Amino acid sequence: MNLEASTQQLSYIANQASDARVNIELETEGMTLNLGPQHPATHGTLRIIVRLDGEQVVSAEPVMGYMHRGYEKLTEVRTYPQVTTLVNRIDWLGSFANEVPFILAAERLMEVEAPPRAQWIRTALFELSRIANVVLFLGDMAVQLGATTPVFYAFRDREFVLNQIESVTGGRFHPNFDRIGGIKDDLPKGWIQETKDVLSRIHSFCDEMEDLVVGNEIFQTRTRGIGIIPADTGLAYGLSGANIRSSGVDWDLRRDGGVGLIHDQLDWKVWTHPDGDSFARYWVRLQEVRESCKMVSQILDGIPSGPIMAKVPRIIKVPPGEAYVETENPLGIMGYYIISKGDLVPYRVKIRSASFNNVSITPWVLKGVYVPDVISILASLYFILGDIDR
Amino acid sequence: MSSPDTKAEEIVEDPIESQEELIIDETRNAFVTSIATDLGSDFIDSHVVPEIDVWIRVTQEAWLETAKILFEKHEMSFFNFLSAIDWMPSPFGREMDAAIDNLDDEVSVETEMEWGITGGEKRFQLLARVHNPVTNLGVNVKADLEGDFPEVETWTPVYPGANWHEREVMEMFGISFKNHPNMVNLYLPTEFEGHPLRKDFPLLSRRAKPWPGIVDVELMPGEDDDDTEESGEET
Repeated sequence: MNLEASTQQLSYIANQASDARVNIELETEGMTLNLGPQHPATHGTLRIIVRLDGEQVVSAEPVMGYMHRGYEKLTEVRTYPQVTTLVNRIDWLGSFANEVPFILAAERLMEVEAPPRAQWIRTALFELSRIANVVLFLGDMAVQLGATTPVFYAFRDREFVLNQIESVTGGRFHPNFDRIGGIKDDLPKGWIQETKDVLSRIHSFCDEMEDLVVGNEIFQTRTRGIGIIPADTGLAYGLSGANIRSSGVDWDLRRDGGVGLIHDQLDWKVWTHPDGDSFARYWVRLQEVRESCKMVSQILDGIPSGPIMAKVPRIIKVPPGEAYVETENPLGIMGYYIISKGDLVPYRVKIRSASFNNVSITPWVLKGVYVPDVISILASLYFILGDIDR
Repeated sequence: MSSPDTKAEEIVEDPIESQEELIIDETRNAFVTSIATDLGSDFIDSHVVPEIDVWIRVTQEAWLETAKILFEKHEMSFFNFLSAIDWMPSPFGREMDAAIDNLDDEVSVETEMEWGITGGEKRFQLLARVHNPVTNLGVNVKADLEGDFPEVETWTPVYPGANWHEREVMEMFGISFKNHPNMVNLYLPTEFEGHPLRKDFPLLSRRAKPWPGIVDVELMPGEDDDDTEESGEET
């Protein structure tokens, strides 16, 4: 514990020192480099204006809004069941996970609880979308650092997970499957066995990535000690998910939040890493995919029988009140603050998306790093532009 | 197949609910008492939903002070989000909805919401949430703002993560933040006029092409309705 704290302290001091160094060197002639608005791995359109002093970044200013779709305004003219169609498009790689906190918040206001079977299936799909999302990251971080092979493995193996999600929900990317009071349909026949096969594939994918990427010397040199985020800074910026767990904060809403999903009935572990650098963020995500596989296989074995839908009226009117529900989504904490006035449509919905906070630290963390490290840091922070712009 | 189970569950729900009202959430109550004494007259109101959540409402002047107390004394080191609410009823009312949605208007009359969870008399209300990751206690902070273009102290000295959130609130609601390091638009172009999330900002796409309304409500599984589809589903 003490060692951990002192590592944090040292990294913080190192960062301060690099800040100071950059400030002194400000006098020399600078150069402005415009990154984007294309993302190297096409996660959307982010533009970063980087001011350089030689090879070092003096300041970095992200420019967003290329993909702003105004979901918070649109929700005010959509009925509650229609909103899930919108929020699917926020983090499009793990769409099902976006619906869950919204539905849970609406359920809390309506005082409805989904039957156990629905909750188990929800959790299974929630974790499957995490696998689909993070598996892509594991490959695409490598491709951003110049290794082209892992991303093909990632796309290949993600497809099997998406197939499983599709065979339940009917939607490959946008399931729109979660309903207030339960889920739309039951599992198709033979799904459980097929999913088990897929999980073993993902397990071997993780092992492969461990050999190919984590064990790779070039990868380690380019990520170890790069983009160190101390825990307190990360928290103050609102970093969440694997980004903050890789700074040594042992906080996971699946274990600590405990609303509506059944993670507390499963046997799994929250992984943290004391370093807080790009490598730690990759490593923690890799472990999380393994944990998710473990969770899904436990769910497949223990899924209870029963109804999948609680009793809810056909036309959904949510009683007046306010509720905030957040869950641990693939990219970090995602929450919805719903204000209802007892109408068909929400009065206001505040969407707290993970990437928005995760990216807001970039001006701080990019200060003083070298140009190639910018890519490594951005890749390891892992954001999706739909999740920033909403 | 499903209906007997759901019925059984509904019966069980009632005693649980009445039990929940009796639960006294000591952590959250203690937190509210502590912050109320610290803030004194700047503390207006609070609301605790036992074991779930807590809201506090402070004055506009004590906005920054509240953040400091939350950060230093209660170790709420995790900044979650900052946003605002426009409590003005939309001047367009239900006009923007299709006629078919307004059929049962007697139910959808705006119910008066009492404070505790909701707002005061002012038009704008700031809403922020911070979290203590160690004790896992989150708190919603609210402040009513005076005027049509209010100004309030920035939270960035305490929570640097508030920077972008405040820029978003500025462009979306027209609320400006004093001493903010970089008070420019975040999403919208600089020359954009108006504040989109205000209730009097019309949603133009909806005006150009009215919504068809709820014409095709999907039947919920296990729902007993007098439709013919239902009998097919049950078997």
